[in-house]
Amino acid sequence: MELIIQGAISLGLLWSLMTIGVFMTFRILNMPDLSVEGTVILGAATAARLVSNGHNPFMATIMAALVGSIGGFVTGFLHTKLKIPPILSGILTMVASYSIVIRIMGTSNIALPPHGPTRVVSVFTFLQEMGLTRQTSIMVFAAIVVILMGAAYYFFCGTEIGSAVRATGNNRQMVAAQGVNTNAMIIMYLMISNGFVALSGALVAQQQGFASVDMGVGTIVVGLASVIIAEVLFNVRRFWARLLTLVAGSIIYRLIITLVLELGMPATDLRLFLAITVVIALTLPLIREKLVKAFEKLKARGGRSR
Amino acid sequence: MTMLNVAHVDKTFNTGTPLESHVLRSVNMSLHKGDYATIIGGNGAGKSTLMNIVAGTHLPDSGTITIDGHNVTKLPEFKRAAYLGRVFQDPMVGTAASMNIEENLALAYRRGKRRGFRWYISSKERDLYRERLSDLELGLESRLTDKVGLLSGGQRQALALIMATLQEPRVLLLDEHTAALDPKTAPKVLEIGNKIIKKYNLTTMMVTHNMKDAIRHGNRLIMMKAGQIVLDISGGEKKNLTVEHLIARFNQVSDEDFDDDAALLV
Repeated sequence: MELIIQGAISLGLLWSLMTIGVFMTFRILNMPDLSVEGTVILGAATAARLVSNGHNPFMATIMAALVGSIGGFVTGFLHTKLKIPPILSGILTMVASYSIVIRIMGTSNIALPPHGPTRVVSVFTFLQEMGLTRQTSIMVFAAIVVILMGAAYYFFCGTEIGSAVRATGNNRQMVAAQGVNTNAMIIMYLMISNGFVALSGALVAQQQGFASVDMGVGTIVVGLASVIIAEVLFNVRRFWARLLTLVAGSIIYRLIITLVLELGMPATDLRLFLAITVVIALTLPLIREKLVKAFEKLKARGGRSR
Repeated sequence: MTMLNVAHVDKTFNTGTPLESHVLRSVNMSLHKGDYATIIGGNGAGKSTLMNIVAGTHLPDSGTITIDGHNVTKLPEFKRAAYLGRVFQDPMVGTAASMNIEENLALAYRRGKRRGFRWYISSKERDLYRERLSDLELGLESRLTDKVGLLSGGQRQALALIMATLQEPRVLLLDEHTAALDPKTAPKVLEIGNKIIKKYNLTTMMVTHNMKDAIRHGNRLIMMKAGQIVLDISGGEKKNLTVEHLIARFNQVSDEDFDDDAALLV
């Protein structure tokens, strides 16, 4: 059991980069970006192919993030320059990504090469060679990457350009009047967010030891679920605290999934369960409002009878 | 010195469709440094389009636009913003609601400058912002970290005026910026605008629906009708202008009587 929880925590950490990527577009840019479903496998495929070809896993992981950024660039270009609605731009990139992924891998899935009898070559290998168990090395490495990338994003948001990006998500007309090229901001920001998502995919592929073309299905919903779990459970205002809760949300999501699977839910029902959870979470504010109104009505009636 | 020059500008929307409308017909207009022109006209007269053409929201079909000697005719909106300060009709449009007051001001402070990876604000700027906000006498100088979404419509327009003038604009564009405010707040915001315009001797173009406001403010009054400028009143005549006099002048230049459309302006 302990091992299962540990596994859920490290998976949650690895996927939290994807969650941050979804948060960037969904909450900051106000533009739900569906291309993440494609860029997550672009990242996984690029990393797996390069590592299996004998390249350095670190270099492979960085390349994976860059390939994901290209996916983000395509979505941004379709939306800003060709004026295609944001959702459709994302879907187009996502669909195209499946073909690209097969091109990158040459097949629909590849396994990472073995490193000794029990290990595969990955970014985690060097920690294992230092004597850590596989599980611990993944957790340590994931935590380091998440802290570094989270801090980088935090500082980016505080810069002049970061501030202009946040304002673009808030009010495009206003930032244009302040001399900001909103199209450039959107494209650049989608490149960053999809870079995070692809990095996440690359790390997960190395954690599970393979990349496959279907590992991206449902990513956007998983990302949204994690973002919403974070917002419902922790109501924080400070930006760095919000980023931390995203990581927590991602881990909690994995723990929930692990729990329901342990309780005997068939894995094939997972996506239905997931979709229903997100629907409930998204309607929570509405339900809360209705309840408050009903409660006030009751109170008012009680007051009059007295 | 000419600050803004609009020469032979034509604009047609929906060209080649049944909805085609010729909104600006060879418009010529020239503002000198320190001119404060109020632009008035009925619905569809072209006053908002003229302002959007100056701002770069729309590009003209023909003609040229020059700001302080720079030909900006083909420059996109965000590049032209370096020369222009704008306040919109809708208080929601001019400010970013989910960002705080100092973040909004810091964005405006960088209008026309290169944005890079420096921190978005410096502590020196905060003093400047407090000073400029205290001119408003709305108490906003002590609320720098409040979200702009918490402010009233009038407060947001006052903030938008500061933002539009934080980097001195070559031309200040006020697009019916008090039309969405309640009758008590509107004159206050107009007064704040006048104070700023006077203090920095700003060249200003103010579109309004309100004939009295157009008469009371500025040193020039430009009236538009059917995509053309039909009246341009300045100097002593503008100073002593009354509603009756303006209607008489309008009837003089117009081949028809002061119609219902224009009467709506009073």
